[in-house]
Amino acid sequence: MNKNTSANKSKGNLGSFLRRSSVPIMFIIICAFCIPLSGLSPSYLVNEIVTRMGRNAFLILSLLIPIMAGMGLNFGMTLGAMAGQIGLILASDWQIVGIPGMVLAAIISVPISILLGLFCGKILNMAKGREMITSYIMSFFINGVYQLVVLYLMGSVIPIAHSTIKLPRGYGIRNTVSLLAMRQHLDNLIPLTIKGVKIPVATFLVIALLCVFIIWFRRTKLGQDMRAVGQDMEVARDAGIKVERTRIIAIVISTILAGIGMIIYLQNMGNIATYSSHSQIGMFCIAALLVGGASVDKASIGNVFLGVILFHLMFIVAPRAGAAITGDSMIGEYFRVFVSYAVITIALIMYETNKRREKSRNSEQLQQAQQEEENR
Amino acid sequence: MNEQNKPLLELRNIQKDFFGNQVLTDINLTLHEGEVIGLVGENGAGKSTLMRILFGADMIRETGGYGGDVILNGETVHFSSPFDAIAAGIGMVHQEFSLIPGFTTTENILLNREPTRSNVISQIFGDRMNTLKRTEMDERAANAIEIMGVDIDRSMVISDMPVGHKQFTEIARELSKEQLKLLILDEPTAVLTEREAEALLESIRGMAARGIAIIFITHRLQEILSVCNRVVVMRDGYVVNESPASETNVQEITRWMVGREVKGGEETSVSSRNTETSKTILSIRKLWVDMPGETVRNVSLDVKEGEILGIGGLAGQGKLGIPNGIMGLYPAGGTVLFDGSEIPLNNPRRCLDSSFAFVSEDRRGVGLLLDESLEWNIAFPAMQIQNRFLKKYLGGLIKWRDENAIREITEKYIDELAIKCTSSRQKAKELSGGNQQKVCLAKAFALNPRVLFVSEPTRGIDVGAKALVLQALKNFNRESGVTIVMVSSELEELRQSCDRIAIVSGGKIAGILPAASSVEELGALMLSQVI
Amino acid sequence: MNTDKKEKGRIGQFIESFGLPRLIITAFLLLLLILAPFVGADLPTQITNIIARFSWNGILVLAMVPMVHSGCGLNFGLPLGIISGLLGATLSIEFGFTGGLSFVMAILIATPFALVLGSGYGWLLNKIKGGEMMIATYVGFSSVSFMCMMWLVLPYKSPNMVWGLSGKGLRTTISLEGYYIDTLARFLRIRIGNLEIPTGTILFFALLAFLMWAFLHTKTGTAMTAVGSNPTFAKAAGINVDKIRLLSVVMSTWLAAVGILVYEQGFGFVQLYMAPFYMALPAVSAILIGGATVNKATIMNVIIGTILYQGIVTMTPTVMNNMVHMDMSEVIRIIASQGMILYALTRKTEGAK
Repeated sequence: MNKNTSANKSKGNLGSFLRRSSVPIMFIIICAFCIPLSGLSPSYLVNEIVTRMGRNAFLILSLLIPIMAGMGLNFGMTLGAMAGQIGLILASDWQIVGIPGMVLAAIISVPISILLGLFCGKILNMAKGREMITSYIMSFFINGVYQLVVLYLMGSVIPIAHSTIKLPRGYGIRNTVSLLAMRQHLDNLIPLTIKGVKIPVATFLVIALLCVFIIWFRRTKLGQDMRAVGQDMEVARDAGIKVERTRIIAIVISTILAGIGMIIYLQNMGNIATYSSHSQIGMFCIAALLVGGASVDKASIGNVFLGVILFHLMFIVAPRAGAAITGDSMIGEYFRVFVSYAVITIALIMYETNKRREKSRNSEQLQQAQQEEENR
Repeated sequence: MNEQNKPLLELRNIQKDFFGNQVLTDINLTLHEGEVIGLVGENGAGKSTLMRILFGADMIRETGGYGGDVILNGETVHFSSPFDAIAAGIGMVHQEFSLIPGFTTTENILLNREPTRSNVISQIFGDRMNTLKRTEMDERAANAIEIMGVDIDRSMVISDMPVGHKQFTEIARELSKEQLKLLILDEPTAVLTEREAEALLESIRGMAARGIAIIFITHRLQEILSVCNRVVVMRDGYVVNESPASETNVQEITRWMVGREVKGGEETSVSSRNTETSKTILSIRKLWVDMPGETVRNVSLDVKEGEILGIGGLAGQGKLGIPNGIMGLYPAGGTVLFDGSEIPLNNPRRCLDSSFAFVSEDRRGVGLLLDESLEWNIAFPAMQIQNRFLKKYLGGLIKWRDENAIREITEKYIDELAIKCTSSRQKAKELSGGNQQKVCLAKAFALNPRVLFVSEPTRGIDVGAKALVLQALKNFNRESGVTIVMVSSELEELRQSCDRIAIVSGGKIAGILPAASSVEELGALMLSQVI
Repeated sequence: MNTDKKEKGRIGQFIESFGLPRLIITAFLLLLLILAPFVGADLPTQITNIIARFSWNGILVLAMVPMVHSGCGLNFGLPLGIISGLLGATLSIEFGFTGGLSFVMAILIATPFALVLGSGYGWLLNKIKGGEMMIATYVGFSSVSFMCMMWLVLPYKSPNMVWGLSGKGLRTTISLEGYYIDTLARFLRIRIGNLEIPTGTILFFALLAFLMWAFLHTKTGTAMTAVGSNPTFAKAAGINVDKIRLLSVVMSTWLAAVGILVYEQGFGFVQLYMAPFYMALPAVSAILIGGATVNKATIMNVIIGTILYQGIVTMTPTVMNNMVHMDMSEVIRIIASQGMILYALTRKTEGAK
């Protein structure tokens, strides 16, 4: 009897493992199919993946903590991205270049991130049970405020000295701000090239540091409280944990990390698209995390890295593969956008249906128990 | 045993009322170190309220505090929150589990009391950045489990555990609090298997031997007799009896629990009729219902035409599950025959089509459209099920709401049931509980049912409304010949209104007695198969 | 004195029920209207603009009503219906219909798409009760990006729609000149000086709004409101909750399909590819500005909301431009409309989430 149940369990584990990793497996198949079609060389792909890993991993890692606190996918990470951009704009206007410029940008972004995170956390506490849609709308709302600041206040209220980043009309920031003075300064801080693959060692070190921080954070009292709050707010409250405060802290940390992540992201890109860089970043980061096998309520560091690799591999090869099949490169462009959204949709649906599946199990057990009783 | 010592806990003249409704009167109780007392009483006898006072629950303060003194270790204490009570050494294990499903036993035992180690970062950002001392957590959990004397896996995740282990985890959590002197166990064995319950009793003896005083609340009287030093029986907010467990027995305790001083003799069950010979209109066979907290297991029951059948029993034993299951509100199985034809389960529509009606115990959740008018509330089911209050155009293609007919029927019931409202268009949420209940009745009456299920018709309404509601039900039964199945926690109410009373215990029908039976007989049935 | 107190309470209650953000938006629009003549904007032209935009957008906002009534929340998945409308529009042109007939055919062709897509969407929303709004958003996004591929691949031939060079793949914007541009607006158009009223379009909106109002007075409509108000009550009253919800989703999807066609006939172009992407948000905020909540909405909310929202959209650029020579309208629109949605989401609602 005992053996039986344990066998059942391992079978169930395998099944649930397959279910959980269905998205990564699907992506492996898509990539395996598209890579040969794209005709891109392996060394090119490796190079690209390594670059994109350095560019995106930090941003995606910022999503982990709110998931731990049961607040779902933090669509509000865009808030942090905006804070990071403001930091970079100011730092480049003040002509602080290179690594010091990045550090300065980070220092400017942190208090902004904290404020935005506090606001966002407060609002999310008022909308428990629909955090995701709220944080999603929140990103639009703050985007409006961001535009107000960057397009109207910068140059008129907030002094901006250099005309290279200012719009010709005298206030507001240009559509593109060049970060030439910081471009890949972090990536190239410790130069290393292995077999033609350029490795941004310093960026990887920063990412590794963040990973260590997250692992360590999970072992702290606060991390433990967040996990408790994430699983059952009422129980946590009864045990004396300050639920609302803990949730706000989770969002604040996530926002700060997203801000720093955005700075790393943009130093690699080399310029800021002032009014669009941030708007899609949340969606792509969330999609990448989910592709790595995370779900709305469970995500690990491993998911982040697997996600970056698979998602960006798809991203690189899809346009070429699409062009190879249909002769139109736009197909691939649209395909990858579609896949990003589809992945998020599927993950959300799976999360909601899993929640409901739990409930139906009970009545089956009851029916079984009664039958057993009658058989006796 | 420790008679010569001063008592650990003393309750003196505890009083409590909820908005004028006296629920506890002059409660006196003493408890010594290492003593186990069993607290028994029907639902609503005041046990839970008493324990809430002792545990400093928020709802006590919110409803105006309590009278009398709680004296712990010779000092009068006033807890302003459960956390104060915990700090003073009182631990409580509630009926509902309060555990984090994805945490291990150890993590749950030490939830929010984890031993931590400070570090550089925590010195800047505060104590919450301290890291957890996992090994020490494990040790402390192991100690607590050892005191309990039960073997449970410390690294197992709660959601993978059998129910019994969850219960033990809860208890271990209280035991891991070093200051613990008094442990309150609120029906801890309700969810346990026989063997687990036995293990729990054993651990209660063990804990008592270590000097922890225990208040043990349960409906399983046998357990009380086997583990407690003293039995305290409560009824209607009074302590009616207190005696050493060794000097009493199950029958005696039952009598204390349910016994009423006979007031005026003929007052009760004057209306009881003999319906044994009537034809069976509704026949329930092997019914199971998965209603959380009110599980029904294998119930078979016959309802006679034109009678009022009462269903009584303690809370949580499954009496509420019966009507809710038949009416399709919770997953159910088994067969229900009405007038010879089978009614499919899990399908509210078919029940209503077969002219059943149901007044739910959950007025606000199920019974009413709180945000809509009384008109909508009363007319809605009849409109949807029987196409009444509709004007038909284009040969029935368009079914238009007939506002006039709806107002008419609503006003009829407002008069008939004396519903207090400003107009038939008032929103249901603005009415008082009693009037809301009358709206629920009107809704069911408007369906002209042949069988009416009424669940807890008088719960949470004032005395005046109570009598009106019961009278309305009786009239409906007498004048329209409608068979009524009435589920209630109040035995007295059932005895006054019903012809026969079925008692549910442990999810099953423990027995059916004429309403004229004595309270003692019914009470004994109520406790017979308690789980 | 007693009545005075009561009066005060009533005003407080009014503000409470009306909502502070809504009050601010209304006041803001009134201010714009008052300021307009002083800053040299031509009031009749402005009002013409508001009315025109109201007539284009009204039905898209109306599409929110059924799902709000059935408790499915705000239909962030509106793009799905819009896609059905776009399929109707493009196929109608492809099949060679012109003029007013192309509009009728577009609606007829869009209908089966709306029914099928709406049913699938409704079925999905029944599986995930409680998480409707977020999933609706992403269903909308996924379907828009999926159709982006389809617009390229589907074998459209009409030279008025495909890219001139390659001869395949639809253009991003297709002019409706010669098709159904202003089909409705031309009908009984009234012109008084600078003021112009597209009577036909307004009548068409009024017809659909009336039908919606009438539907909510029928037996099924009553059931839909009850399902939204308290699904358990409805279930206990024998209502098939899932079926009613499905119906509401299909209705909403179909209205969105018709809504986009009406929008196009006013706007003069069919916009494909990413254009439907963010179309749900203006409609959502419009109905909320009109006084709806996440689970209550009336036809009046639709009318007031659309006028207020479109009023702000049209008035702010002109008034602001003339006044401070800064075009802050876009920013104001974003903050006001998203702020309104945020406000609605943080209100406590009973029953549906």
